[in-house]
Amino acid sequence: MSPLDRIANVSILKQHEVDKLYKVETRPAPSASDQFCFLVRPRIRTMRYIADIVNADKMSGRSRKYKIIFSPQKFYACEMVLEEEGVFGDVTCDEWSFYLLPLDEDIISMELPEFFRDYFLEGDHRWINSVARALQLLNSLYGPFGRAYGIGRCAKMSYELWRDLEEESEGDGQGRKPEIGSIFLMDRDTDYVTALCSQVVYEGLVDDTFRIKCGSVDFGPDVTSSDKSIKVLLNAQDKVFSQIRNEHFSSVFGFLSQKSRNLQAQYDRRRGMDIKQMKNFVSQELKGLKQEHRLLSLHIGACESIMKKKTKQDFQEMIKAEHSLLEGFDIRESTSFIEEHIDRQVSPIESLRLMCLLSITENGLVPKDYRSLKTQYLQSYGPEHLLTFHNLKRIGLLTEQAAGETLTAVESRVSKLVTDRAAGKITDAFNSLARKSNFRAISKKLGLIPRLDGEYDLKMPRDMAYVFSGAYVPLSCKIIEQVLERRGWQGLEEVLRLLNGHEFSVSDSTAEDGAAAEAQRVVLAVFLGGCTFSEIAALRFLGKERGCKFIFLTTAITNSARVMEAMSEARA
Amino acid sequence: MSRARADEEEYWHSSKFRAFTFDDEDDELSQLKESKQAVNSLRDIVDDDDDDLERVSWSGEPVGSISWSIKETVSSSASSLEGRDSSLQKGSSSYAAFPKQVSSYSLSSLFRGRNKLPSFQSLSDALSDTGVKNYAPELRRPKAEYKDYSNDWSPKDTVRRMQRGKVCSLERFRSLQDKLVLLDEAVAGHDGNVITAVLIFLKRTLRREILFRELEVRQVALCHLIHFLKETGEQKLLLDLLRFLDRTEEVALSQYREHLNIQDVEKRREFLKGCIGLPFSAEDTSHIQDHYTLLERQIIIEANDRHLEMSGQSEIFRKYPRKASILNMPLVTTLFYSCFYHYTEAEGTFSSPTNLKKTFKIPDKQYVLTALAARAKLRAWGDVDALFTTKNWLGYTKKKAPIGFHRVVEILQRNNAPVQVLQEYVCLVEDVETRLSLATKYKCHDVVIETYKDLKDRIQLTAYKCKVERGSAEEEKINSILNNMQIRWKN
Repeated sequence: MSPLDRIANVSILKQHEVDKLYKVETRPAPSASDQFCFLVRPRIRTMRYIADIVNADKMSGRSRKYKIIFSPQKFYACEMVLEEEGVFGDVTCDEWSFYLLPLDEDIISMELPEFFRDYFLEGDHRWINSVARALQLLNSLYGPFGRAYGIGRCAKMSYELWRDLEEESEGDGQGRKPEIGSIFLMDRDTDYVTALCSQVVYEGLVDDTFRIKCGSVDFGPDVTSSDKSIKVLLNAQDKVFSQIRNEHFSSVFGFLSQKSRNLQAQYDRRRGMDIKQMKNFVSQELKGLKQEHRLLSLHIGACESIMKKKTKQDFQEMIKAEHSLLEGFDIRESTSFIEEHIDRQVSPIESLRLMCLLSITENGLVPKDYRSLKTQYLQSYGPEHLLTFHNLKRIGLLTEQAAGETLTAVESRVSKLVTDRAAGKITDAFNSLARKSNFRAISKKLGLIPRLDGEYDLKMPRDMAYVFSGAYVPLSCKIIEQVLERRGWQGLEEVLRLLNGHEFSVSDSTAEDGAAAEAQRVVLAVFLGGCTFSEIAALRFLGKERGCKFIFLTTAITNSARVMEAMSEARA
Repeated sequence: MSRARADEEEYWHSSKFRAFTFDDEDDELSQLKESKQAVNSLRDIVDDDDDDLERVSWSGEPVGSISWSIKETVSSSASSLEGRDSSLQKGSSSYAAFPKQVSSYSLSSLFRGRNKLPSFQSLSDALSDTGVKNYAPELRRPKAEYKDYSNDWSPKDTVRRMQRGKVCSLERFRSLQDKLVLLDEAVAGHDGNVITAVLIFLKRTLRREILFRELEVRQVALCHLIHFLKETGEQKLLLDLLRFLDRTEEVALSQYREHLNIQDVEKRREFLKGCIGLPFSAEDTSHIQDHYTLLERQIIIEANDRHLEMSGQSEIFRKYPRKASILNMPLVTTLFYSCFYHYTEAEGTFSSPTNLKKTFKIPDKQYVLTALAARAKLRAWGDVDALFTTKNWLGYTKKKAPIGFHRVVEILQRNNAPVQVLQEYVCLVEDVETRLSLATKYKCHDVVIETYKDLKDRIQLTAYKCKVERGSAEEEKINSILNNMQIRWKN
């Protein structure tokens, strides 16, 4: 499903006399229509595609009208391309300031998956304006935020640009009664570990296995146990899904079977009914039961399919390896597990993900391991992945440990450069060098690995670690928890140093005082570069525990595969 | 306001597609509800019957060329506020004057950009004036005229306005210092779109060495230019820039990346050959060398095998026709292919597995895994056996594997190996528990029975009796073991 489908489906477009819909791809659209309307993201490649169509029409003497609607905004570079291609006057351009897509009651997505690569790999600030505008929009809808916290360079810039816009516009939001107490902005690179872990809460697992697109999933024949696929919207409206989405996968089966038994019982009630009762039953309950039945069978089918796929993939072994990486035990063993994974040509994305997890938890790979894993990876999945490795190194996801001395020297120099933001000469190029992950130290400081006394009861979770089977509290969520608890960064100085800083905490006293008690407990968590369903589940849990409500704004929903694919250099 | 304009206003408002409004305070922007309506009103756009080639700039104004350039025209009846958004105005003298924004830039504005109508101007200049103008015609123009450059915004304001999608002429930033101040302001403004726009302007108006030099100390801007060049595919300029920055490894990688766009294998091979000499790290150089060698091999193998397959002389190709060509496949896939089709070939041939193993220094582990998978697929159990059998100097044979035997079992099982074959390997699994669970799972009864016997676990062995067929040899075996008085059961 695409964002457009969520707003205007094909029939609505048809009603408005849209003749045909085409995907902007490499092939030109074979339409006979004399008006084209391109609804596109501002991308250079897309501009060339459009220019080719226009120029081909010109050559064949065909006249059409062309309109490009950029969403969420037009880029100067796009116009430059149109001008260069000689079609500037032939197309008209427009913008659709479409920033926010509510995926669910508490999730808003900007649907900008490219944000991640553009900002974190290429160092391009093109989407910061969009984030600022999204914040402005939320601010105008829900009133000023009482407190703003953030960590990460992009978070800071987005916040600054947004304040800038706000000051200038003397926004509509100012007069409104605040409905959101605080806002927390976080860069994805603050915590890569969480994004790289296999997800085991139901919604995350469904995303990892079937890929949820725009809040909807395509369940294939293996799930529906028929010969066709079904598109299902996954959100709070789905009565079955809403009860299992945040649960650890192991408790989902029990829930579903209990649910089916109840359903059976309700159906069975009709046996002893007289005519009148039967009539009532059919007119009032049957429809609901049928609906529930349909949903139940879908989710049961999904569970089965997940189980089947996961057993085939040695999921158990993989989770074990992941947990040892997180805890820092048996690194050798995990390394050889990854090696074997690569040698057997199991999924290239999984192999890459595990390598990154190893690197980031260990502050880089030992040179010998790095070389050998890289060589084997290239042999298994293709030499062109040399480029992928280069990307991963640049972004800091997969690095080679340098000899201790030199790194610290470079680091101190770099950190000086990095903090020198006077002339706006922040050195993104040194990003990866400066960003040593320090995961082990952070994990110790924040207690991310729960000490186990006995079994972790996944049905009655005691902390956010349940989203990773009780093995690990997601770092991103832990930071949010700590900062909200302390109402600032006091006492977290050491953690901040390890995280490479760029934190802020601002309070707007008028908004804070003006907010009702209920509004003060609403927290807008903004993830720049994507957030995972596991993180969402963890914060929902935290919200329940602490009596607050989290709303999520993310540039896109992400997971480990998407992060890896963004770094991967595809075969042409 | 002319009628046409009024219509246009109406059109914008009705369609909610007001790309950008001039009024800063108008802040409805794009509420979600509106977004919905916006799509619903698509018809308004598509159905627009106005046949004029309507061109709309960032400001929503009709323009003649790219928006921030000086060539833009605007209807002179535009209201003053809107007028600010356009660049150089047409029909200058009658146009309302706007206050200059910041005085510190007025000096440079004296040397400002070329005129909209240079030939016309200079002609009239020549007619009416004398002397000095020939040396510095710009200096001598009446002061009032400068005000025609309606957007004499300071660099900061220029950046701000561009951030909000408004038209701003950059042409008047002519001195290097002005350009750099503008760039620094753009970077400080945190909007990548504007940074790139300024860079496009700088790229057009500065010699590349100077641009490069200045970007070297402006890392954020530099990232933007590199990304821009990558996206627009200006490879040559990108390479020049990277060379200038001494980022030799990136130069090499960037050139190497081009091979992805070459479809023809022969050309690709030639290209890769050229890549070998590029300044990669020592480690990567060998990867590139391998890439080239691999493709070279694949081309040879492909040509041979296609011929073999077509001629129908080779049994293996008849029995298992190839599903895809081997070209551009990873090394391990190639090895699998060669173990599948060319297993018995002598080391001398390019397509033999041993040759591949030697050429690419494939580790034992990798080799065994791949060969095992290929031979198991063909159900060549003899080859599988040979793969793990080693002879010591006394001539005893022994089974050894560089990978765990549980892996071997798994691969064999996946290829539907018969129980006799499976159990030979199951009993080699060292870890007792794994061995038991594998043996139970794959019904290798003998292994289970022997293991329980070794464990002296009478209870489990007795329990296992119900898992075997009644009256079978296995049942008999269990019974005889259970009756064996010499075993000291632990339970």
